[in-house]
Amino acid sequence: MCRLALKTASIPFSPHGVLQAMESMREGYDGSGLGLLLRGVRFTDFNYSSTDPIFSGIAHTEQALHRFNKFMEEKGFLLKYDHQFVTDLSRIEARDRHKYLVRVYKRPESWSRLTPEEQEYELMMTRLSLRHDGEKHGGDLTAFSFWPDVVMIKEVGWPLEVGAALGLQDDRILARLVMAQGRQNTNWGINLYACHPFFIQGIATMTNGENTAFVPIRDWLMGRRFPGYMGYQSDSEVFTHILHYTLNRLKLPLEAYKHVITPLKTEELDHHPQGEFLKGLRNVCRRLIIDGPNCVMGSLPDETCFMVMDHKKMRPGAIGGRPGVWAMASELCGVDAMVPDRDPALDFQPMREHTVVVSSDRKDYKIWSQFHPFHLPQAI
Amino acid sequence: MVAVSSIPSSPSDLTYADLPWLIEHREDRCAVCGKCTAVCPVQAIQLTYRRQRIVGLGMLGKAKNDPSVNYRTLYGIKQKTDVAHRCIGCGMCSMVCPNEAIRPMPNPNDPRLRFHMNQAGDAWKRGGRRNDRDSLLDKIIFTRISMLTDPALDAGRHEFFLNTILGRILPPEEFLQRRAKGEWIPPTREIFPFIIGSMSFGALSPNMWLGLLQGVAYLNEVLKIPVVMATGEGGCPPWVLKSPFLKYIILQIASGYFGWDEIIRAIPEMQCDPAAIEIKYGQGAKPGDGGLLMWFKVSKLIARLRGVPEGVDLPSPPVHQTLYSIEESVMKMIQTMSMAWGFRVPVYPKISGTTSAKAVLNNLVRNPYASGMLIDGMDGGTGAAYNVSMDSMGHPIASNIRECYLDLVAQGRENEIPLFAAGGMGKNGNIAQNGMALILLGASGVHMGKYIMQAAAGCLGSERNRCNVCNIGLCPKGITSQNPKLYRRLDPDQVAQRVVEVFTSIRTEMKKIMAPLGRSQSLPIGMSDAIGINDAAAAERLKIRYIC
Repeated sequence: MCRLALKTASIPFSPHGVLQAMESMREGYDGSGLGLLLRGVRFTDFNYSSTDPIFSGIAHTEQALHRFNKFMEEKGFLLKYDHQFVTDLSRIEARDRHKYLVRVYKRPESWSRLTPEEQEYELMMTRLSLRHDGEKHGGDLTAFSFWPDVVMIKEVGWPLEVGAALGLQDDRILARLVMAQGRQNTNWGINLYACHPFFIQGIATMTNGENTAFVPIRDWLMGRRFPGYMGYQSDSEVFTHILHYTLNRLKLPLEAYKHVITPLKTEELDHHPQGEFLKGLRNVCRRLIIDGPNCVMGSLPDETCFMVMDHKKMRPGAIGGRPGVWAMASELCGVDAMVPDRDPALDFQPMREHTVVVSSDRKDYKIWSQFHPFHLPQAI
Repeated sequence: MVAVSSIPSSPSDLTYADLPWLIEHREDRCAVCGKCTAVCPVQAIQLTYRRQRIVGLGMLGKAKNDPSVNYRTLYGIKQKTDVAHRCIGCGMCSMVCPNEAIRPMPNPNDPRLRFHMNQAGDAWKRGGRRNDRDSLLDKIIFTRISMLTDPALDAGRHEFFLNTILGRILPPEEFLQRRAKGEWIPPTREIFPFIIGSMSFGALSPNMWLGLLQGVAYLNEVLKIPVVMATGEGGCPPWVLKSPFLKYIILQIASGYFGWDEIIRAIPEMQCDPAAIEIKYGQGAKPGDGGLLMWFKVSKLIARLRGVPEGVDLPSPPVHQTLYSIEESVMKMIQTMSMAWGFRVPVYPKISGTTSAKAVLNNLVRNPYASGMLIDGMDGGTGAAYNVSMDSMGHPIASNIRECYLDLVAQGRENEIPLFAAGGMGKNGNIAQNGMALILLGASGVHMGKYIMQAAAGCLGSERNRCNVCNIGLCPKGITSQNPKLYRRLDPDQVAQRVVEVFTSIRTEMKKIMAPLGRSQSLPIGMSDAIGINDAAAAERLKIRYIC
């Protein structure tokens, strides 16, 4: 089973600590791939402004890197910072890794006329254009994310080895929020786009387990005709897109996500104060009901992070920490590894109806239940 | 050579070898009780005696004092060979025989009867289904068995969500907008995905109808399985219309509009809304043909319900005559029916399987009041139709529903118009497998009629053209007869119990299918990655995996 670790702290920390937490969860795990997402990023050799978009990806060949540079230049992006990983490629299983890209850009001048939503759309379309370009050239360019204050790294191999290969232990990149997923059942031939976390327009989730309802959900999402709803190399990518759809398209709050992916039963909704609305929401979003077992962890652009289970709750997750530092992990020992100095009595394992949310102030975690009243104008 | 005039032969004279069903009778077991002849619905057999001459040696003049010729008398059963009294293979004779002395057997040779099923210029009419025992649905296998990361679920202990939605579903954005503004949200019903399909009060006997309704009420009220049943076009008894059980009933309106005077008059006195209104535009068993209730079945009660004289044929027109085109018809009828119940009841059309189903579907997608679409494939059953319509007209359901579903997927609207499939469900008894196969192909649920008659009431009909005389009111089990002598054979309580048994077993089998697929949280509509078929052409057509 894949391993999940998420740490959020008011003071930026090294992602290496999260990789060590993955190590603590190694029992019964084949550790065959790693995905990392960083928010609240600090570079030791660059004073980063969190509004500038960061491109994360891999140029697998020299030609791909040239094409990438040319594309960004033509689009009007100005390179502000090019992070140089101190790499030891001998520790990476794959052989076609020319350059790991983490680059900060200044947005094109012409974008100043665009609204924030239009700019967000353009950022996504830029990432998709780069992805399509790579796919058109035999997969020689991989584009993970292009978004302000988000860095993504994905690689095949044992998580700690991958971290060491990219020099993550040297603390040259720090972050306030790190999501890490250790893949299971992966080999060198995997499409890197299949690695978690998945990302779209600032929204990211990662999952363990399998989503057996994948095909109908994918079909429905693709029917939205939204360019970002594509890929689906992994059945878990739909979790991210459902969250994006819930928040960005339906403009519903984070609490609605759980009602969309694992709605309550009719008998339960009959007694819910907003039962009628939630039944309607369940009907209209019926194709988005997941069928786990899954534990989903995610984070939002404002550094809010959350964790939910599927309805069957066969993939328990846990949260623990103290004000200012919180950790979520698929195994309790992962929480121990990330925040050892905490009161374990306050640890919590969410049940099927819960959403655990840590907001950006990181003071506490909130347990929200689907049985709670749902305050929305539409729900009244 | 014997003179021609002495041979009793006309063009339609048949011998035993010409009949599809042959009576095997054992004289050594027969008690000559006469039960078989009394029960035979078509009087294909008669009690008779035969005088047999026993020839002795004296005939040849070789034995002295020999009486030469003796006679003995045989008592037994004689099968008639004329077209009207051909054996239909129902087997009631063997059911009542105390000594297992009689049974009908299919004729393995070359029955020539088919050439004469048009006596008096009347083309062959019958009940039942297309006489084809093959079923593509039976061949669909559920292949995506959850292993490793996602273990299979425990069908016996896990909690499953098996229900489906009948009714128009809005796109989520529009739903939220309308909620915010307090605007109308189309009505929906959460129902069990196996539905008792349209069989009219008229086609079915009062006892059959009562048994079905009792069973459905028990399933809902006691077992909390939200099963619904459809009426067919013959209306609905007033006591049902004014009862709290109406919410389990889908009222059908068809081109004959039979029974709708009673329904409309009952609206002010209804305690609850019906489950839905089904507008019948076509029927899979007889596409392009209207309903047909033959005069044998138009009893006093049926005549009253339908508002017609007793004992007359009731052929419904093939189309809704008052309207110009099906598009106009669909639009106006759906809106009218919606309005009649204050837009609180889903209204959907039923069409026969056809290559033009997608055109109808696209029309419905644009109609904000259309609540779904039911496609009735050519293997569907009927109480009465011309044989040629049943055997050779229409479209099989699997590819028809699949292409409609994929068309909706291409438009991103597969959640908005639920598709229901009918026609040949459980033809060979595999009802849950057939229904789930269609659900995974994209149907939101399935309607079953003939299967329920067979499983819940013991209908003897088969696709080997066994029995299939629903049309003439002589149903030997009392299922499709309006003759009290026949329908009193059927105990409504026993039918109700069988209905309950059928649905609880379907529910169990649904779980046994869904659990290994790792599905429990919602009905796996359109989960086509989970099925395969050992037929490359069918796999390609249905866009599912070919397996071998």
